[in-house]
Amino acid sequence: MNRRKFLKAAALAVPAAAVPGLAQKALAAAAVTAYDPTKHLYGMGIEINKCIGCGRCMEACKAENNVPKEPFFFRTWVERYTLKNGHGGLAVEGIKPGELKPPAAGGEHHTLKSFFVPKLCNQCQRPPCVQVCPVGATFSTEDGVVLVDSERCIGCRYCIQACPYGARYLHPVTSTADKCTFCYHRVVKGLLPACVEVCPAQARVFGDFKSKADPLVRFRRMHMLHILKPHLNTEPKVLYADLDGEVR
Amino acid sequence: MKKLPEQVKRLAAVFVIFLSSVLLIRAYAVPAALKDTDIHRRTAVERETARRPVYAGYTACRDCHDDVFTSRKKGYHRNLSCETCHGPGQKHADDPEATKPIVPRERSFCPVCHTYDPSRPTGFPQVNPSTHNPLKPCITCHNPHNPEPPEAPHECSACHGEIAGMKGLSSHALLDCTVCHTTPEGHKLTPRAVMPSKPEDREFCGRCHRKGAEEKDAPKVDLATHGEKYLCWQCHYPHLPEGMK
Repeated sequence: MNRRKFLKAAALAVPAAAVPGLAQKALAAAAVTAYDPTKHLYGMGIEINKCIGCGRCMEACKAENNVPKEPFFFRTWVERYTLKNGHGGLAVEGIKPGELKPPAAGGEHHTLKSFFVPKLCNQCQRPPCVQVCPVGATFSTEDGVVLVDSERCIGCRYCIQACPYGARYLHPVTSTADKCTFCYHRVVKGLLPACVEVCPAQARVFGDFKSKADPLVRFRRMHMLHILKPHLNTEPKVLYADLDGEVR
Repeated sequence: MKKLPEQVKRLAAVFVIFLSSVLLIRAYAVPAALKDTDIHRRTAVERETARRPVYAGYTACRDCHDDVFTSRKKGYHRNLSCETCHGPGQKHADDPEATKPIVPRERSFCPVCHTYDPSRPTGFPQVNPSTHNPLKPCITCHNPHNPEPPEAPHECSACHGEIAGMKGLSSHALLDCTVCHTTPEGHKLTPRAVMPSKPEDREFCGRCHRKGAEEKDAPKVDLATHGEKYLCWQCHYPHLPEGMK
């Protein structure tokens, strides 16, 4: 091959090599217009004064996400808080859907108030669970959801220990850590998370921190907000309205 | 240069084979997702997004059942998703004939939300299922898509069970709610748009509790000196005056 032939071939080869690359880029661009995770940052608002403790969110979550039916595996759950008169008179208990047992009346102090608190993974912006994972199986997506890769998770339970909100559990079938994903597979299709979808009292509001007009924007505008355990600097993206300071 | 000993050469050969096999395995046998964090996260996200929803969402039902949507529009259940009561419906939306959603008709279903419970927010309609028309299925009187009660509730406790229960234990037990609250008829139909009245001043409580009032059983105070600038209900909760000791 002389120099002329080589240069000719090279001049042809460079664009030819670029074509598949360009095609790939075009495909990627098409996918981006379909769903761009960088344009979203998901969050949830929970209005304590609306929750009726029916537990339909817990049942819907289990149906949507293949959470084991046993009553001690949850991605989302509801707690009943009962405040009694006198110092330190606080009782917390988890509820079972459809089997509400009112708090025991009487005792030394009378009940001041009682309410339900729905809980789920707070999808922290600075998640302690992600920090401690030794194999990088859990991570934050660009749209602000903490996911677990069940194919990489080794089931060491570090993340379950590290979560200050108790939002993770070890799935008994896969033996990997499992947690709320904000129903990521629904959200990217424009659907609501299953718990928000079925909540009969509209106690849960799902939305996007990067949107200028959506239910979460209104929720944040209209309510005094609180997050769980703010002193831990985990920056939760689940916001509570009208939450009592006793709730941890 | 001194010749390398035979055993060193053999060791070197073993070492080279080992190293090259490690590199080859890493290059071809180990999946890219294990080596590159970005690829790993992308594949994990793809796997997550590929999951099929079980709940179809409220818009899916409207495509075929728009009549129910219209009838629900003004009812108390207007904000409920169909799947709250009818269960997950994606399978039904995919093939309407093959799978039918659940239709809860039994009496045990509605009380999951509507049984009286002291932790439930006041104003949410709650009944005691053992005394509220026992054994009758709820749907004989209430249309679940527009659950207007067949007649307006007579008792305030239908929605304010928590306050009613507390008042029943208090020294105000024998007073009707209407002694202190005038309730316009509209409150029963649009509870939040038409609110009942509340007492406005100390003299209201004074009707029974001031010195010289006619009510015999009510404890008396001197309105001029007792409590000074405060309104009565800033210290005493009228539904549970003086609490339970």
